[in-house]
Amino acid sequence: MAAKGERLDLLGPSADAARAGVIAFALFLPLVGFLTAVNGRNELYLTTRWPLLFSLVGAIVAVRFLWAFTVAGRLRQRRERPVAAPSSARTFARRWFVPFAVGFVIAYPVIVLLTAGTGGALKWIDNFGIQILIYVMLGWGLNIVVGLAGLLDLGYVAFYAVGAYSYALLAKNFGFTFWMLLPLAGILSSFWGILLGFPVLRLRGDYLAIVTLAFGEIIRLIIINWVDLTNGYAGITSIPRPSFFGLPFNAEDNGFDAFFGLEFSPLHRVIFLYYVILALAFVTAFVTVRLRRLPVGRAWEALREDEIACRSLGINTTNTKLTAFAMGAMFAGFAGSFFAARQGFISPESFTFLESATILSIVVLGGMGSQIGVAVAAIVMIGGTEITRELDFLKAIFGPTFDPTQYRMLLFGLGMVLIMIWRPRGLISTRAPSVFLKERKRISADLVKEGHG
Amino acid sequence: MEVFLQQLINGITLGSIYGLIAIGYTMVFGIIGMVNFAHGDVFMVSAFIALIAFLLLTTWLGISSIALALFIVLIVAMVFTSLVNWAIERVAYRPLRGSFRLAPLISAIGMSIFLSNFVQVSQGPRNKSIPPMVQGDFTLLNRNNYAVTLSIKQLVIWGITAVLLAAFWYLVAKTNLGRAQRACEQDQKMAALVGVDVDRTISITFIIAAALAAVAGTMYLMYYGVVSFADGFVPGVKAFTAAVLGGIGSLPGAVVGGILIGLIETFWSAYFSIDYKDVAAFSVLAITLIFLPQGLFGRPDVEKV
Amino acid sequence: MADPEDIVLRVEHLTMRFGGLVAVDDVSFEARTGDITALIGPNGAGKTTVFNCITGFYRPSEGRLALKHGGGAIWDALETLTAGGSRGLARSDGALYLLERMPDYLVTQKARVARTFQNIRLFPGMTVLENLMVAQHNRLMVASGFTFLGIFGIPSFAAAERAAIDKAGYWLERVGLTARADDPAGDLPYGAQRRLEVARAMCTDPVLLCLDEPAAGLNAHESSELNELLLSIRKEHGTSILLIEHDMSVVMGISDRIVVLDYGVKIADGAPEQVRNDPKVIAAYLGVHDEEVESAEAEAGL
Repeated sequence: MAAKGERLDLLGPSADAARAGVIAFALFLPLVGFLTAVNGRNELYLTTRWPLLFSLVGAIVAVRFLWAFTVAGRLRQRRERPVAAPSSARTFARRWFVPFAVGFVIAYPVIVLLTAGTGGALKWIDNFGIQILIYVMLGWGLNIVVGLAGLLDLGYVAFYAVGAYSYALLAKNFGFTFWMLLPLAGILSSFWGILLGFPVLRLRGDYLAIVTLAFGEIIRLIIINWVDLTNGYAGITSIPRPSFFGLPFNAEDNGFDAFFGLEFSPLHRVIFLYYVILALAFVTAFVTVRLRRLPVGRAWEALREDEIACRSLGINTTNTKLTAFAMGAMFAGFAGSFFAARQGFISPESFTFLESATILSIVVLGGMGSQIGVAVAAIVMIGGTEITRELDFLKAIFGPTFDPTQYRMLLFGLGMVLIMIWRPRGLISTRAPSVFLKERKRISADLVKEGHG
Repeated sequence: MEVFLQQLINGITLGSIYGLIAIGYTMVFGIIGMVNFAHGDVFMVSAFIALIAFLLLTTWLGISSIALALFIVLIVAMVFTSLVNWAIERVAYRPLRGSFRLAPLISAIGMSIFLSNFVQVSQGPRNKSIPPMVQGDFTLLNRNNYAVTLSIKQLVIWGITAVLLAAFWYLVAKTNLGRAQRACEQDQKMAALVGVDVDRTISITFIIAAALAAVAGTMYLMYYGVVSFADGFVPGVKAFTAAVLGGIGSLPGAVVGGILIGLIETFWSAYFSIDYKDVAAFSVLAITLIFLPQGLFGRPDVEKV
Repeated sequence: MADPEDIVLRVEHLTMRFGGLVAVDDVSFEARTGDITALIGPNGAGKTTVFNCITGFYRPSEGRLALKHGGGAIWDALETLTAGGSRGLARSDGALYLLERMPDYLVTQKARVARTFQNIRLFPGMTVLENLMVAQHNRLMVASGFTFLGIFGIPSFAAAERAAIDKAGYWLERVGLTARADDPAGDLPYGAQRRLEVARAMCTDPVLLCLDEPAAGLNAHESSELNELLLSIRKEHGTSILLIEHDMSVVMGISDRIVVLDYGVKIADGAPEQVRNDPKVIAAYLGVHDEEVESAEAEAGL
């Protein structure tokens, strides 16, 4: 707000807003102002949508005016204020956040059952709980590669796909159980990680990013085209579902429910799956935290800071990079096999570049290679986009033909841009050292490198 | 032999389109060191703008001269696409300029997702097709019952690409802008200290990149007659492959790379299998990066110990 | 002819070419065990290139770089080693390594040559202590059973880690950085960063310590502290030191031997007093031809 004693400056913000309005009008004129539609004769014709265009421009003008009027001034003030020391509230939050969060996720299905009842619970546990946890696990896996070792991998989805397809094919053709295939899928993905990593790990930065992107797409295209093995676009169906240690989740007499004398409900399998992925996520977290404190983890972070210095200390950085790649791939493999088992059906559509980009965004949004950061980022991004499916109440405002899910990816892309502008180094802005002499002092983001690949 | 010649013609045409897009990638990477993931989708947006402009001119204003319509469509597409790219740079990349490397990348990916979905939501998910704009061709050879033809629209593409490249080369090599760009490429801080307006130079680079993408988009619309919101990703990656193949940062390299990729794709589809043609492009990308990361015309990037 | 017993590093006919440019041209010299050998010369003389060849960051175009561990008797195996294809040879009385056959990380890991850099290369986002722990990576990796056993928390690893922290503590003490052990390395003032780099190099237990302009940017007080540190390292650990320097107070103050390069060629090699009065060396620094040295000196009032 303008300082006391000054007249309220309306001219500046108005000029800004007017300028924004003109630019917005020109920007949105072609694609919003006009609509290409197809007539009865299958020919394209043009119609206009002036009301939509003008409301959009109007909204932008209003937002820009308010922004210039309020936030800009406050942002300037914030930059001028000195950075405050961490408050007691913050340290309290930091100490209790993890135990609280762990308790919450363990109790989550119960909480959901109590609040949403058995009807709503299926959706909340499956589409939210399980889905978010899969991405948390994928995020933690990629975090090793990108967050800790500083290697930019844009094709992570390839390992996810290897895990899923190995599970599907081995389970269907050889009848191995879920628990047997889980480690196998991890090992196979890990193996692919090393295979793919070998030729590319001497590349730096953006080049590594692009080549991993290329590999990710090549694997997806091979899956699509090698129809004999993978059934191409149609995908693999009827993948055996996991059982409760031998008891299948069905309505039969040999089933889980019959055994425990419960009434059959699809909820039971979902809850079981929820706890399986939760356990997998906990294992991932545990292993990663341990690895960070071990020499290999420290070598990853040193690699990110300065590779040449690492080599000058006798560290074989090629092995360090390969290990990071292999570990990351392994966790993706686990996640992939879980995914296949939970869905019962997989297709190449689930393994696009968009998935790699999403997982990478989760890691970058987490910040500083932080486990907690990645978990929160996954909840925000995946939870956020799933929530758009719940926004049916908006139909009341915008009319019955309004479909909020159409806007899901639009908002997702916009969200990615906005979040990066707001927090370019991620949610967590400090790094905790892996070893300390007297006290564990957190290191600010400006000193921590992002890695050159 | 006839098939070979025809594929050669087709390949060069396709390659010219890729080359125009590739220049955009290489210029932006050269000046701010960022792979602009959204560039392929900017190309797609330009094709849609060209489509709308074309419909406006032919169905509303009733312009019957295709040459005039094409000319106006080209200008309109270039202007509006430049505005779009300028805005994207200001909003999504400028605030992140600095030592952050991952944030601009994520922002660019987010922009790419935003653009393709924006087009999908605002224009609907179906493919948009128009009757052929430019018809007619020349038969160069007719042997063994196979006619090698060079269509007028292919000639148009070759012509416009050649003219633009010449203009563009002049711009970069001979004008103040080109000098300013090269200064910013080498050392942004120093360029600013000697009085180069870095912000403006970067903005202009994005505008030029967009203008060329718009030309590619218009040519694409004219050549294929059909556009879809999903047409940003694959041509974008292929054009990026072209830029890398030619040597990222090198402008003649981008064009040469584009033509090479166009030829590879066309010959692969003709002689091997059309299914795996995209795999061919991605494989070329991977192989180039692994064995020749500096590309054909680039300089190797050596880190000083 | 120097006593073979005394020599730790033999640089023979080292040549490094970059395309058409010859950066180092047929340079040969010897560094004696326990000596502080200085490599000096005007800018662009090729000193860092020689370093990069010795430490494995460049592969020499030509030449032999032989390093010895242990007693001097092992030098007699040099020709056998050269003729054979291997990188090194270990015997009960010592070991011999051909550095031109080894990549950078092996030169540190196996041959135990440590280095610092002209433009300090610390890990800025890690604490001072972490920097020193990374230097002890290889030992700790073995102790952690190459990570596998470490995940399960075996006690022998915990002991190895404590020993590593103790060693780091020792070096922190020696360079006066104990109070800043938990601070990020990037936060340290320039002089402290240089000292940390030396401490970090010493944590790899090197036989030969190569320092690239360790006194660059240090004031007189800091330079003399550096001299004391290097002398005590040599005395207490027997580490041989090879150093590139422009600061003559450091070079003349502590070197046992000086090698002078100019335009990639060795122009002098001997004790400090000898080198300081060598007209060829003076000419190189003044930028004049040998014959003109006297008149240039007269002009400059020397």
